[in-house]
Amino acid sequence: MTAAQSQWTLWRAQTLAVMRLEWKKSFLPRRGLWIYLLALAPVVIFGLRSAYLAAHAQGADAGDDAQLFASVLQFFFLRLVVFFGCAGIFMNLFRGEMLQKSLHYYFLSPIRREVLLMAKYLAGVLSSVVIFCASVILQAVVLDAHLNSTAFRQSFFNAHGLATLAADLGVTLAACMAYGGVFLTIGVVFRNGLIPAACFLGWEMISSLLPPTLRRLSVIYYLKSLCPIQPAEIASRHNSFLALLSLKVPPASASLSLVALATLTCSLLALASWRVRDMEIDYGTE
Amino acid sequence: MTDASPANPVESKRPAIVFEDVSKYYGEVLGVSHVNLTIPPGITSLVGPNGSGKTTLMNLLTGLILPTRGRLSVLGLSPRRPEEFFRRVGYCTQFDSFPKGLTGYEFVANYLALTGLSILEAGNLARKSIERAGLADAADRKIAAYSKGMRQRIKLAQAIAHDPEVLVLDEPLNGLDPLARAETLAQFQTFAQQGRFVMISTQVLHEVDLVADNVILLSQGTVVAEGAIHDVRTEIREQPLQILIHCDRPRALASQLFDSGEVVEARLHPDGGSILVKTRDADRFYLALNRLALEDIAIESVAPADDDVLSVYDYLIAAEDSSS
Ligand SMILES: Nc1ncnc2c1ncn2[C@@H]1O[C@H](COP(=O)(O)OP(=O)(O)OP(=O)(O)O)[C@@H](O)[C@H]1O
Ligand SMILES: [Mg+2]
Repeated sequence: MTAAQSQWTLWRAQTLAVMRLEWKKSFLPRRGLWIYLLALAPVVIFGLRSAYLAAHAQGADAGDDAQLFASVLQFFFLRLVVFFGCAGIFMNLFRGEMLQKSLHYYFLSPIRREVLLMAKYLAGVLSSVVIFCASVILQAVVLDAHLNSTAFRQSFFNAHGLATLAADLGVTLAACMAYGGVFLTIGVVFRNGLIPAACFLGWEMISSLLPPTLRRLSVIYYLKSLCPIQPAEIASRHNSFLALLSLKVPPASASLSLVALATLTCSLLALASWRVRDMEIDYGTE
Repeated sequence: MTDASPANPVESKRPAIVFEDVSKYYGEVLGVSHVNLTIPPGITSLVGPNGSGKTTLMNLLTGLILPTRGRLSVLGLSPRRPEEFFRRVGYCTQFDSFPKGLTGYEFVANYLALTGLSILEAGNLARKSIERAGLADAADRKIAAYSKGMRQRIKLAQAIAHDPEVLVLDEPLNGLDPLARAETLAQFQTFAQQGRFVMISTQVLHEVDLVADNVILLSQGTVVAEGAIHDVRTEIREQPLQILIHCDRPRALASQLFDSGEVVEARLHPDGGSILVKTRDADRFYLALNRLALEDIAIESVAPADDDVLSVYDYLIAAEDSSS
């Protein structure tokens, strides 16, 4: 085995070891409980709607459902649920351990800080993807629960249904990776990440109201562009208030969106890797 | 800044732990200042009272904190390159906190897995190390349910699990019962006899007196004495003490003290009502002073002007009392 090969083998083994430890930690119910509740919120909303429709024997066709789903995904799920969920998971990867006074355990092991950072990031991506993709799948099931079984199968399993669901899961993965990168970096670079995180939230919120060029500087723009169904289509048809917030700017192409999100995430992770080398254990003043 | 190149000829020739003019400030607060040390293999004990900078020095040594100034290396390696560094260095910290939810066994085994070992190898090594630390029975219980002494033992088990050449131990005997202390010290001795480095910090010198080859005395962030235990004692003994005396006739007192022969230097204080004297033997000086005070000079107060050295002196006295 060449030196470079054995180096990679070592890094892979270390990454897996960190992920095993992190995995246990991130699924401890006490700390993560609010994240689960957040992820369940849209499921509950769809569940209530389905129950209402079923009780009143009111028909809503699968087309309406798809549009509703798309707007909840863009305006509620990605913007708020995944956003805050990732903030909770990723900002705590280092800061949380500083508060719990356990970070020295990692810092005293023969693992490069950069490798540790990437491993923690991957662990964060893994747990956020598991939580939020499970939420998306549940949402899709519960959304159509009011339909009778034939209609349900028709809607859920016809070519479009499954393909859309797969795309939705893909967007969720991209959101976890991008927001995860942002919040991990905030947690590493800033001693108190709350203010920068609030600024980022503000930017993501108002950027949709800004001129097109500025919109392209937000994460949500590219996430929206990746969504399989654009609520803009709904808005034009239904003329709802959503038209206000909707994407008047044409969405970016899928490949451009992926490149933009990947570039952002990689540069942030590079910044965080560089900063984490200088991170000091300081449990006293936190 | 602190990156020591392993190719540095001086450092790779004579492996040692080297501090070069290292200072650490926590914001405005002094941690340690201008530390210059070359620590040889064997047991070195770092002695000083609370807040003297022992933990700061050990955290600097292991890269948990970064020096404000200066550089340091261990066996020619910089702690800023953990991948090589922590294969050869183990650190038992003073922090009494652990990753959540782990058993003692998981704590050690996961640490070993972080070095790149397979789960099986890590598990075997962990069991061995925990056994050496006398904690085999409790290995599979959660650390959260451990007593103070058990937590100390599991930290020790972790620090030695990967068989490091350099062992850094911050107050490792804390919480251990007398028997365990003796056993643990014996382990450190065996370790040092194999040509390795063992650094032990302690607040009371006599705790490690019998096993330590070298001693570093810290006080208020500075190294006040360093070397073989015997030499350090002599050095301290010979260091003059400063004493400030308030009295009604400072001039007369100064000349009488000189005559007594117990004073190496006496200076009138600018306030006109006191003198600052230096003596090599505090006990004999105080006896002489009492005799003078009985005569015709009214002495208001006598206070050591040099707390540092005095406290260190106290340590050594305490150490000798207990070992004689
Ligand atoms: N994180 C920190 N922030 C600010 N000041 C600190 C910090 N850690 C240590 N200090 C200060 O640095 C000085 C040295 O502290 P240090 O912990 O190194 O002493 P110590 O010799 O280990 O004491 P002890 O015997 O209590 O463990 C003290 O004045 C302490 O207040
Ligand atoms: Mg200490």
